[in-house]
Order: sequence, then C-alpha cells, then structure tokens
Amino acid sequence: METVWEWFRWLDKTHGIDLSVFYDTGDRHRFLMGFLTTILLSLTCLMSSLAIGFIGAWAQQSQWRWARLAVGAFIQFFRNTPPLVQLYFFYFAIGGMLPKFADASGMASPLFGSFFWAAVSLSLFGGAFNIEIFRAGIEAVPRATIEAAESLGFSKGQIFRLVAFPLALRFSLRALNNNMVNLVKTTSLAYAIGVPELLYVSAQIWSDQLNTREMMTLLLFSYVGLVGAMVWGMHRLERALRMPGYGQ
Amino acid sequence: MTQSLLRRWILLLPLVSLVLALPHEALAAPGQPGILASLLKWTPLIFKGFLLNLLASVLSMALGTLFGAFLGLAQISPNRLVAKSAWAVTQFFRNAPWLVLLFYTVLLIPFEIGISGGVIPLPDTAKAILGLALPVMGNVSEIVRGAVQSVPSGQWESAQALAFTRRQTLWMIILPQCLKRMLPPWMNLYAVLTMATPLISIVGVEEAMTMTRAALAAENRSELLVPMYGMLLVWFYLYCAPIAAWTKRLEMRFGVKA
Repeated sequence: METVWEWFRWLDKTHGIDLSVFYDTGDRHRFLMGFLTTILLSLTCLMSSLAIGFIGAWAQQSQWRWARLAVGAFIQFFRNTPPLVQLYFFYFAIGGMLPKFADASGMASPLFGSFFWAAVSLSLFGGAFNIEIFRAGIEAVPRATIEAAESLGFSKGQIFRLVAFPLALRFSLRALNNNMVNLVKTTSLAYAIGVPELLYVSAQIWSDQLNTREMMTLLLFSYVGLVGAMVWGMHRLERALRMPGYGQ
Repeated sequence: MTQSLLRRWILLLPLVSLVLALPHEALAAPGQPGILASLLKWTPLIFKGFLLNLLASVLSMALGTLFGAFLGLAQISPNRLVAKSAWAVTQFFRNAPWLVLLFYTVLLIPFEIGISGGVIPLPDTAKAILGLALPVMGNVSEIVRGAVQSVPSGQWESAQALAFTRRQTLWMIILPQCLKRMLPPWMNLYAVLTMATPLISIVGVEEAMTMTRAALAAENRSELLVPMYGMLLVWFYLYCAPIAAWTKRLEMRFGVKA
C-alpha cells in the first residue's frame, strides 16, 4: 500500500497533480470519514424515507378523510418546494426554535446537530415521493387478487401486508430505484448546513491544500462511482424480485 | 379531472394560511415592528432574488435542452462508437449530484476568457447557469432516447419501405410522434430544475435564498426565521405546483408516464 501512496507523492512532485488524499495520512482519513458520513446519511435517509412511504401509502387508504387530506398536503408540499430551502427551514427555523441545553463546557448547544436535521429533512423529501410511488404500485394490484384474498378470509391488514404490498413493491420498484438514487445524490445538500460528508470534507481539503482541480475531479468521480454502484445493485434487485409474467 | 386538480389546489390553502397566520403581530417581541411588517419590508429584495432564480431556471433549461437534444440523438446514432460515448456522457451527468457539478463549473471555469484579443468576462451567475444546465442536458438526453425508442419499430420500417432516408425518417416521422411523449417528463424536469436553483446561492450567486439569509442576518430576530423561510417555500410552491399539476394532466391526456 505504501508504494501506492508514494506513487501519488511522486505524481505531485513531478507532474503537479496533487491528490493529497492518497499520500497525506490526515487528508486520507478526512476523505474516508466524509465518504462514510455520506454513506451513513444515505442509508439513514433511505430507510426512513421507505418507512415514511410505507406509512403514508397506508394512511392514504384510510377511511378517515382527514388522514388522506393530510398525507396529500404533505406530498404536495415536499414535492413542490426546493429541497435546499426545506433543509434550511428545518435546520435554522425549526432547529432554532427548539430549546438549547448546556453541554460539558457550559456552552449552549442545540438539541439536535446538523446530521440529524439533514436526515429528517431529506427523509421527508424522499418519503413524499415514495408515498406516491407506493400508492401507484398499490393501485396497479389487480382488483381480482384482492377479492380472492378476501374470499380466503384474510383480514384487511393481512391483505395489505401479505398480498397487496409484496405485489405493489414489485410494480413500483423501478420508480422507487430512481427516487432512491436521487435521494443519495441529494445528500450532498447537507454540505450547506455543515454536515461533514463527502462534499464538505473535499471542500475543506481543497481550501487547505489548494488542489481544487484534482479534488473536484476526484469528488465527481467518487459520487458517480457511488451512484453507479447503487444503480447496478438496484438493477440486480429488480431482476431478483422479478415475477414471471409481469413486465419484460 | 379538473375537479380533482382543484381539490389538490385547495390542499395548499391550510398551508398558506398557516404561514400567513404565523407572522401575527402578537408573536413579535415588544418594541419591535410586527412580523408581517418585517416580511413586507424585505419582500421586494427577496422577490428580486426570486426573479433571478426563475431567470436562471429558464436559461439553464434552454441551454440544457439544446445540448441534451443533440446528446440524445447521438445516443440513437447508428454509429456504435458515437452511441456508446453519448450514452456514457449521459450517464455521467445523470449520476453526478447537481451541487457537485455546480461547484465544478463555478470553481474551475476561469472568471474571464480571452478570444482573439477580446476578453469575455464570465460572472458567477453565468457559470452557475451552465453548471445547472449540465445535469439538465443528461436528463434531456435520456428523455429523447426513451421517447425515440418507444416509437414502434414498424414506423421505421414503413418509412424505409417508402424510401425515406434515415434523417428524413427521424425528423419527419419519428420526432413529431415523440414530442407528445417528451413533453410531460420535460416539464417535470423543469420543475425539478427550478427547485434546484437555490443551490446557486451556495456558490455565491445572490438569489432569493441569499437575500432571505441576508435579511435574517440584518434583522437578527429568531421569531422571523419560520415566516421568512416559510415565505420562500410558499413562493416556490406557488410556481412549481401548477407546473406539476399541468404535467399530470398532460400525462393523463397523452396516456404516457413520466
């Protein structure tokens, strides 16, 4: 490994291509931590946005009119406003209103940090799209299948859990994948509120090392690689869950 | 259909009233102007920034559509090399995060370029518009490719049988049929782009988000945070929601999915 790092040092010395994240231990650590933060934030948002989508799609089928209206308003709001403004709204406006508490050094510190608010805001943003996607999937489940389950004595909850949802998931998988990929790309917005993710640490490194061009290029390829790997994985999943007789 | 669109519109009313109800004079600290008065005071400035957002969205869309249309047509080129490389470029710009592309163009393009003696200045706004146009290009390219490929191959074959050249077939037979299919996803992309324009505040363009934050910094009153950001959210909502509703209606009418 040491030879690889040395090669990058040589690249800097002789060609002026300064990829400090490879030969400088501190920068390497920072970049790696940023990468891990991006992955952690992405996973958190993916999981909670799926949960929001699931709950929302279920609430939209409810008998209670107000629940349906509330979910509708939630979707409309989060789909039609800029994610960055949502993020600022949560972090500065909502986060600013919450009470502060004194930390170990006696300084007043906010109740939740920037990572928390980025996760909340992006999950709600991704979740709003997921509700629509799941709903469309549920609507695509043939009526006859539901009736067949009813005649077999399944309860309403059982039908949703055991019959409608597994089918709906497969119908909506393609749209869901697109949204999940989009959500991972959107995590870079967390830079704006100071979450130390990939973009944020890269910006730190290029201001310290003045190697903007190299770092930007590395950053761009890191994201494209990350998203590319995810797209590939999602395609595998799509194929693995494919039902014979549905789709191509 | 219009009935349910109207219902969707009415859904936003509680939201608007919530934001309008919040800036009530009662919430303002004693000795300070009311929240509504403070909002009104800053509205002209923030609205000027908002117009810049809209201008940037229109210009980026025009630029991205122009490049993307060419890239999309290159993706369906009979030349394998052209098609493959156009595909790679498309995937690259679709998979890269918008904010990272924005940083890339704003930080790495020089602030002026000299062409044959003359110097063309490149302000940050112009670079930011270019930065937003890149992901638009990738997405438009994919929309064009998808639409062309969704036309039944019998159309190509009959045109060939009628002795149309490839170019004639594409321009006179295939593309006119595609326009209908391309319009809803293209409009959807425009809405997504408009909602991405606040990103240019991060790279230093003074648009609505910058102005809002400057106003908040000048006022330094925490009770203004929710109404100010809320106002900006509502403006974007009022611009983007009708586009989304219209897109949905077109989708229904044309029987296509975005």
